[in-house]
Amino acid sequence: MSSLSRDEVAKLAGLARIEMSEEELVSLSKEFTVILDAVARVQEVASADVAPTSHPLSLRNVFRPDVVVPSLSPEQALSGAPAQEEQRFRVPQILGEE
Amino acid sequence: MIRNTAAQMAAKLASGETTSVALTQAHLDRINSVEDKVHAFLFVDGKGALEQAASVDAKRAKGEKLSPLAGVPLALKDVLAQKDKPTTCGSKILEGWLPSYDSTVVANLKKNDIVILGKTNMDEFAMGSSTENSAYGPTHNPWDLSRIPGGSGGGSSAALASFEAPLAIGTDTGGSIRQPAAVTGTVGVKPTYGGVSRYGLVAFSSSLDQAGPCARTVLDTALLHEAIAGYDPKDATSINAPVPLVVQAAKDGNVKGMKIGVVKELNGDGYQPGVRARFDEALELLAKAGAEIVEVSAPNFEYALAAYYLIAPSEASSNLARFDAMRYGLRVGDVDGASAEAVMNLTREVGFGKEVKRRIILGTYALSSGYYDAYYGSAQKVRTLITQDFTKAFTKADVLVSPTCPTTAFKIGEKANDPLAMYLNDIATIPVNMAGIGGMSLPAGLADEDGLPVGFQIMSPVMKDERMYSVGASLEAALLSKWGAPLLDRAPTLEASK
Repeated sequence: MSSLSRDEVAKLAGLARIEMSEEELVSLSKEFTVILDAVARVQEVASADVAPTSHPLSLRNVFRPDVVVPSLSPEQALSGAPAQEEQRFRVPQILGEE
Repeated sequence: MIRNTAAQMAAKLASGETTSVALTQAHLDRINSVEDKVHAFLFVDGKGALEQAASVDAKRAKGEKLSPLAGVPLALKDVLAQKDKPTTCGSKILEGWLPSYDSTVVANLKKNDIVILGKTNMDEFAMGSSTENSAYGPTHNPWDLSRIPGGSGGGSSAALASFEAPLAIGTDTGGSIRQPAAVTGTVGVKPTYGGVSRYGLVAFSSSLDQAGPCARTVLDTALLHEAIAGYDPKDATSINAPVPLVVQAAKDGNVKGMKIGVVKELNGDGYQPGVRARFDEALELLAKAGAEIVEVSAPNFEYALAAYYLIAPSEASSNLARFDAMRYGLRVGDVDGASAEAVMNLTREVGFGKEVKRRIILGTYALSSGYYDAYYGSAQKVRTLITQDFTKAFTKADVLVSPTCPTTAFKIGEKANDPLAMYLNDIATIPVNMAGIGGMSLPAGLADEDGLPVGFQIMSPVMKDERMYSVGASLEAALLSKWGAPLLDRAPTLEASK
């Protein structure tokens, strides 16, 4: 039986950049025991000789001609920004102070 | 007038019997009078719709050549970007966002002068089968307001079934066009993957997502299909080939000599008796119309649901990483000294609902090192096996058929706390997305035990979308002559109860 502990869920939530309450971590951990059991069924038929499919179309390297066409203005590109400064996205601190 | 088909409305517009402004106003009035019960829309764009309608009327007055659906109103699922109009995907994280560009589907609608009434409700980021996962409250099924209208495109299906709009756009990742159509007695088509551009469609699971047409008749659906389909250089996965001749197929509705394959695995245990009865009846009608009914087997379909709930969350966990509070959308916790990472964590906690978080975590797990081969890798192999099942089945039949869903519409709240039970609703629709083929749902009647609509699913090979329209139109005509009136005439009228 597959399962995910509260701590494993917390680690995944950290990787996915989602803050979670203790209550959420515990309830997700319980739900995952059921969900993982159900999805683990794929292993019953996924033998080594079956090739994986990542996409319904067998496309490779789709290119278009490199032609300049009208694009968004800086104002349009920034129109949804939570904060902006000098025609740039203003973001919280990325590097530490020290 | 609002109970007409889109084709009838278009004819009245062409003959001058009515104007697009009058037609649009009639639908806005209808929205105004029933929306408090149905809640199909997240945003009603009365002003924009009437302006667009007036411009179509002006073009027509000048004698310009117009497209077949010019001037007919439409409801747009809120997952498609429309310039300067709210586009939320049913999520708080995009509340207030106004796209600075049109999706290709919207650009095509505008090019065809189809009037956009507003944006319809949906499960957050299209994750769900009931529209209960919308951050803005559920949509109600016009057949029974205590029941779900399907999902994720429940707003679009409810708008059609309540005569708020004659046309709608949906998107279908695992059944989000077809299942809502089935439970509301309307028609919905998931075209071949790559048949309709995904540019500007907010991505959930990129290898499965497909926008498509929804309406109340097979012909209306075909007319809309033709308007939105076609190659788009802006979508690298768009198929560069002529659009299948869906309108002609819908007009002819000819199944003589066609082989229709009944998928053995998509029936039987777990399917409601009324669903099975209507399905069997439909098969008899198709046989009477000249089709040959054969049985086909697709043994790997039983693994489709499991594979889907690994592939779709995996792709979603990657796609939804873009909602990082930096460039657009919600930003929470941006106080002095807060790090970018802390802001992301807090924003995504507040901005995403429970099901979206559940799937992001599941996808993150399935893709993490040590588990990748066992989960995501195995699911991709199942995808191959399902595609092979389809290929084999299509050597024996021109189209495949099944019930669209195992049951009729369930009650709002009934499955809200049982994700697995909710996922089971998509058992018959998911294989189509895995293989990238076309799928249609159309009404087959009402289940005897609950009086609710039952959907009939038709599946066609890649870029042979016209076949499902041939079969759909034939079945629709046979059912209509049997019923004597459209199925939706039996739905509650939703008139104001004063």
